[in-house]
Amino acid sequence: MMRPARSHPLWLAFVLHRISGLALALFLPLHFWVLAKALTAPAQLDAFLRLTDNPAVKLAEFGLVFLLAVHFFGGLRLLALELLPWPARHKTLAAAAVALAFFVSGTFFLEAI
Amino acid sequence: MVAEAQNLKVSVWRGTGETGEFETFDVPSRESQTVLDVVSWIQQQADPTLTYRFACRVGMCGSCAMMVNGIPRWTCRTHVKKVSENNTLRIEPLRNMPVIKDLVADMDPFFDKWVSAEALHHPTSTRNDAITPVDATTPERQAADAGIECINCGICYAACDTVAGNPDYLGPAALQRAWTLLNDAKDGGRIAILDAVSGSGGCHNCHSMGSCTRYCPNELDPMSAIAGLKRETFRHALRRKRDA
Ligand code: FES
Repeated sequence: MMRPARSHPLWLAFVLHRISGLALALFLPLHFWVLAKALTAPAQLDAFLRLTDNPAVKLAEFGLVFLLAVHFFGGLRLLALELLPWPARHKTLAAAAVALAFFVSGTFFLEAI
Repeated sequence: MVAEAQNLKVSVWRGTGETGEFETFDVPSRESQTVLDVVSWIQQQADPTLTYRFACRVGMCGSCAMMVNGIPRWTCRTHVKKVSENNTLRIEPLRNMPVIKDLVADMDPFFDKWVSAEALHHPTSTRNDAITPVDATTPERQAADAGIECINCGICYAACDTVAGNPDYLGPAALQRAWTLLNDAKDGGRIAILDAVSGSGGCHNCHSMGSCTRYCPNELDPMSAIAGLKRETFRHALRRKRDA
């Protein structure tokens, strides 16, 4: 197996950041559309909200919170990397961003079930 | 010491310009053999028309870089033992540069970008002036020193996906040199450098993927140098706004 030149932590952090960003960009319009139902069609919104009792939906929410958290902490990591002249502990920062994201989304998940 | 019995299977990129294909050679495996030794063996024993570049063979000149199993490396200091996979090697010219022939990449665009990045010395005095000593202890000098051991091998440039995606991007090597000059008390090109590296192909294209730092054979850190440029150009832009 030829290894690609990219299999190292900072490149993976870049990909994770990009994918979570894209996924959130796709999610947000949907999110606002559902929220808008509160004004235009409250009954539909209630029906939709009942869906969230479903464990599969809970799992999807976990994924969503993970994406949000990983994009948030990944963004903070990039800001720190680029705006603070810190010594190079970049891999640790990247790992910390993912760990924090898991912590936040995991806590959310445990609260939800 | 007994040479390992098994031969190496080496696929080498052959071709001129954009066309070409891999050609496979059986190369005897030796103790402490470098990838450059393998390429030289092929040229000397199997096919004298193989074209490749090297000069110093000790990691000083930066001319021997090639892609080895998909990763850019200085071949004169890369041991076959460390990079071969099941006794196979795949050797190609450096990525992100046009190919001249076989393993020789055209480095003109790479060096042209050093000039576009103003990564060249801007003198502050003439030969008639007294020599001002350099204070090695200032943080600026230390930032410059961290990046000056670049041997221009092009490995960071070949490793960078941002260069692959944007042919106008100046790339890690040129930007790192611009950063060392920006921190050099004897360089007078501050404004020119900041303008050059904040243009459309400049430092703000960098996504901090870090492949440059990961693969630099001299263990330099172009990614952090580029981060330094991002900070300085940012600060400079704010100051310009305020002074306007
Ligand atoms: S031949 Fe000079 S660096 Fe490899």
